[in-house]
Amino acid sequence: MKSSKRLQLIVPIIAVLLGFVLGAIVITITGKSPGGMFLAMGRTLTGIDFTGRTGINLRYVGEFILQALPITLTGLAVAFAFRTGLFNIGAEGQLMVGSLAAVAVALMVKAPPVIHPIIGILAAMAAGALWASIPGLLKARFNVHEVVVSIMMNYTALHFVNWSLLQFGSVDRVKTPEFPPSATLKSEFLANLTNGSRLNWGIIPVILAVIIFWFVVEKTTFGYRLRAVGFNKDAARYAGMKVEQNIVLSMMISGAFAGLAGAVITLGTFNFGRVLPSFEGYGMDGIAVALVGGNHALGVFLSGLLFGMLKAAQPLMQSQGIPREIASIIQASIVLFVAMKLGIEAALEFFTRKNGNSRIVSRKMGGKK
Amino acid sequence: MNLLINMFPIALMFAAPIVIAALGGLFSERSGIVNVALEGIMMVGGFAAATVTVMLEPVLPGWAPWIGMLVGLLSGMIFSLLHALASVNFKADQVVSGTALNILAGGLTVYLAQIIFRQQRTKAFTTGLAKITIPGLKDIPILGPTLFDHVYPTFYVALLLVVLTWFIVYKTPFGLRLRACGEHPQAAASMGINVYRMRYLGVMASGLLAGLAGGVMVLTQDIQYTLTSIHGTGFIALGSLIFGKWSPWGVLGAGLFFGFSQALSYYAKDIPFMATLPQEFFYLFPYVLTIIALILFSGKAVGPKAAGEIYDPGKR
Repeated sequence: MKSSKRLQLIVPIIAVLLGFVLGAIVITITGKSPGGMFLAMGRTLTGIDFTGRTGINLRYVGEFILQALPITLTGLAVAFAFRTGLFNIGAEGQLMVGSLAAVAVALMVKAPPVIHPIIGILAAMAAGALWASIPGLLKARFNVHEVVVSIMMNYTALHFVNWSLLQFGSVDRVKTPEFPPSATLKSEFLANLTNGSRLNWGIIPVILAVIIFWFVVEKTTFGYRLRAVGFNKDAARYAGMKVEQNIVLSMMISGAFAGLAGAVITLGTFNFGRVLPSFEGYGMDGIAVALVGGNHALGVFLSGLLFGMLKAAQPLMQSQGIPREIASIIQASIVLFVAMKLGIEAALEFFTRKNGNSRIVSRKMGGKK
Repeated sequence: MNLLINMFPIALMFAAPIVIAALGGLFSERSGIVNVALEGIMMVGGFAAATVTVMLEPVLPGWAPWIGMLVGLLSGMIFSLLHALASVNFKADQVVSGTALNILAGGLTVYLAQIIFRQQRTKAFTTGLAKITIPGLKDIPILGPTLFDHVYPTFYVALLLVVLTWFIVYKTPFGLRLRACGEHPQAAASMGINVYRMRYLGVMASGLLAGLAGGVMVLTQDIQYTLTSIHGTGFIALGSLIFGKWSPWGVLGAGLFFGFSQALSYYAKDIPFMATLPQEFFYLFPYVLTIIALILFSGKAVGPKAAGEIYDPGKR
């Protein structure tokens, strides 16, 4: 038992390391220097220029935290559903309808500062929950797999949100009119603290979300029920739990996290609604964040920071001559390595067998008993 | 009527890659592996096809796009091996592995475009795939102009693949074994079928076909490969597979239907009762329809029973 817990921690760490090694190899093969990538990541993480040409610049740190905010939330969304045995691949779409709701509140509702963004955030969470309730209901009522429905809902959201945003009036068909200052999460204080980065008050709902996730999942009977459904649906039903109702609720809460991410981007990073030609990938980032974070609050928080750093380092890598897409390559390989955890476990066991460690893995692989 | 005749070749152009990729999905899911990576594999195939076409066009005009599609097909197959490795050998969650491939495809293709062409997309090719006219047949009233006059040969390729898939899946021992692995792998294994091998072949076939579909799509509907060249067609293909109830003829029907719905978005302004509908309506139509199809089919055993399940030889 103890060693399986330790494996749970070690596998993601090894997957992350392998991902970076693979990234470095890809860079080297394509004739660039991987050093630039690590310099860019170091600068993003600390603001320090390790080449020593310029001094410390906290703007990089601010942008790094900014990038971590939405993907931590979509990570929580995916993780929450995972804990109930559901795969919410639809965080992308839930995020988009969330940001649509935030735009609507920002442009149509009149409210004093502080209150205005709070209404926007609540509306975004409600919209995300509503959008996610559809795959939840279909799963509960018709036993339709939530993955395919959510994928289709993502594309439906993309086109529906784009059309809706244009109804607010747009000069260039790319963005809505700007929000009134009362509606945004912008923070002069945080921007000044980080040398003019776009860091904003969106950080507060994100931290609250992490704490609430931890509390609900680990400390309440409600969370216990959800986890029971995730572990074994039939046993949960036998114990008198309403499985169908829990599936819908879990999807809705998951969607609310994703919707919140939409509000944080729309009201914090930007101050207008954006018509998008394609997905920005926050939902897919969320899957990576949740997997690496082991679907636990603290894990999601840390892996959100990791992938946020990777995203924020992209412009710096590009300026080092390394195509910015290396970040997606690394992220995808990390996800693939985590998914192949059986392989990592087997390799680990192979290397540690001399020390007389457990046989858990070989049993799981269906090998020698 | 004239409008319909004009629309037909465009609809077939849209339908061809949808049908081909959906047939790929069919092989994979029939073997028991869910493949949500069709989109990503199409991206890889499209990128490879466009790159080869751009490079060979000056040397081998006319042949370049065909060689491009061949390379697209092969790169799609190689790329899909990652999915097979993860989900067959390492028992990864098939949706997670597929998602990883989708992320990887977007990153890898644009990364390589920057290395090869020093920009975020491939260079534009001059002609892409040429349209063909079949002499004689084109003079048949109605059928001539709809099917044989200035059309892309890709739809005929798709049609051929539908027949071929139907034959392989339903009329050969290989097809029977493949389907057995998707319905009840343990029972198949008890009859001496190597489930791992069949699933590998299923996923590789899906990579091959989706790679070809990507090449077909970029070379007929685009002037170069960009990150948004495939824009969800892989997922429409997945929808066609479901809508077509996992059968080759069903896939053909669904693919044609979705092809038409895309062509309609171009012609809607000329059709009285559709002129007022926003463009976006046509874009989201296939996705909404797929969800409705899923609801209608629920409860009936339509899809392969074991698709998506991790194969556990010890399970009964």
